[in-house]
Amino acid sequence: MSKKWFGLAASVVLAAGVLSACGNKDENAGAGSSPSTAPTAAASNQPSQGPEVTGTVTASGSTALQPLVQLAAQDFMAKNKGANIQVTGGGSGTGVKNVADGVSNIGNSDVEAAAEYKDKLVDHIVCIAPFALIVNNDVTIDSVTKQQAADIFSGKITNWKEVGGKDAKINLVHRPDSSGSRKLVQKIILDGKDFSKEGVTQDSSKTVAEAVTQGAGSIGYVDVPYITDKVKALKIDGVAYSKDTIKDGKYPLYGVEHMYTKGEATGATKAFLDFIMSKEFFEKPEVQKMGFLPADLVKK
Amino acid sequence: MRWVFVGSAILVAAVIFSIILFVGFQGTQTFKDLSFAEFFLSTDWSPSSEQPRFGAFPFLYSTLLMTLLAVVLSVPLALSGAVFMAKIAPKWMREILRPAADLFVGIPSVVYGLIGLTVIVPFLGKTFGGGLGYGILPASIILAVMILPTIMSISEDALRSLPGRLEEASLALGATRWQTIWRVLLPAARPGILTGVILGMGRAIGETMAVFMVIGNSPKIPGSLLDSTTVLTTAIVKDMPNTFYGTTWNNALYLMALVLLVISLGLILLIRIIAKRSELK
Repeated sequence: MSKKWFGLAASVVLAAGVLSACGNKDENAGAGSSPSTAPTAAASNQPSQGPEVTGTVTASGSTALQPLVQLAAQDFMAKNKGANIQVTGGGSGTGVKNVADGVSNIGNSDVEAAAEYKDKLVDHIVCIAPFALIVNNDVTIDSVTKQQAADIFSGKITNWKEVGGKDAKINLVHRPDSSGSRKLVQKIILDGKDFSKEGVTQDSSKTVAEAVTQGAGSIGYVDVPYITDKVKALKIDGVAYSKDTIKDGKYPLYGVEHMYTKGEATGATKAFLDFIMSKEFFEKPEVQKMGFLPADLVKK
Repeated sequence: MRWVFVGSAILVAAVIFSIILFVGFQGTQTFKDLSFAEFFLSTDWSPSSEQPRFGAFPFLYSTLLMTLLAVVLSVPLALSGAVFMAKIAPKWMREILRPAADLFVGIPSVVYGLIGLTVIVPFLGKTFGGGLGYGILPASIILAVMILPTIMSISEDALRSLPGRLEEASLALGATRWQTIWRVLLPAARPGILTGVILGMGRAIGETMAVFMVIGNSPKIPGSLLDSTTVLTTAIVKDMPNTFYGTTWNNALYLMALVLLVISLGLILLIRIIAKRSELK
């Protein structure tokens, strides 16, 4: 008897799920094309003073920028009950492709969009994200030169003793080709040369940090919100990342974070972008704690 | 009302066949640029280099090895569980166990992957030394757990649906309970059990996310069960977002999807054949 009830319950849940999913779709379709209210006070950097924003905004792409966008989405939805912001990862390449194809309203990227997309998209520079080379806690060295880092990631150096550490194999942790973090490290550390084929590839910044935490002798690259006390961030040429070292140009490894929209942003999308770029949001203690830096720090 | 059903049936058929046709068409485009032999037999996969080479044999090899190992790990456990639930456990215990096992199906694969990444991979790395613990072995262990409920439920149904006279006759001849289960009931339920195993295999071959996290993803034939490698599903998911529609690379990914589709179709046909053969008895 109970099995029958179990089945019945399961089918009710299923049906509810299907129905609500359909409901969502309609909502999206409605909101994506015609957001009901356009904010007026957004330009003054204080979107919270304006009327309530309603509508759905989808953002996808960089997993490095994801924590910031997610936090902004939570705050924005708390302020505007009628707004629905959905944030997903997938990597910078995916984000740019999604926004160009109209799959999502906003595409997050750690690197500039490829040339073939440039003329379609409008760029919003949100902030500077410092990146770091992280190693497992069993690695004894604290600093590498840029050349050593390049040799490690291109597979020339395969043992920690070659860079002054103990005799242990270096285990590389990569990101896939669609990742902005990977492109950034390739550009800045490897000067555009190829990564080694050896090692492990992980799908997001979070799983890279996880893999480096667990794997003896591992080295990977993530941006600073993902650095925990379970891994060690290496200094590059003796310089650790900080607001000042990036400003002076001593620390080379940082990305300029872009949020792309297809054409000019309108409605809820515009309100959300204004919110995430507002001083009010950026100076919150929990945002400061993440380690993102204001976009005007480095003059491009 | 009748037309609603007819319409739905037509729609479902159209969707299924258009997917098969699309993947098939895109996949076979690959052979415009490279030979059949190169794709299926060469082991050199470097799609982004100056001279792109598309040898997908390592992916095929690892996929089959991983699936086989997952089934080998899973079947003994699943069968013992099925026998226990069908023939040994009291009714109240079965009422609890069966839904609990079925709940496993509802756990998202990302969760399995994270457990694999934080628990199984480091454990294997420490135990067997010399490596990180990524590779086919952790992937197979996770898949074995994932397909366990599928095999267990279907095997249990097969055991319970056997006619009671088999068991009665066996016991009447003086066989012990264990002999009855091992020599009589399991062979009689073989078609049902095989169906369960094949469905589980299908699930294991198609699983992507959990495998992606623990397999390591270097495009080479693994030197051991604890060596980083790539399977068909993770090769597709890793590169699909950053290849352009219509390029050889993208077509090669569709071809891999087609290979997976063909394997799945083959498994379904196998189920059909087994079901047919058991009807004749």
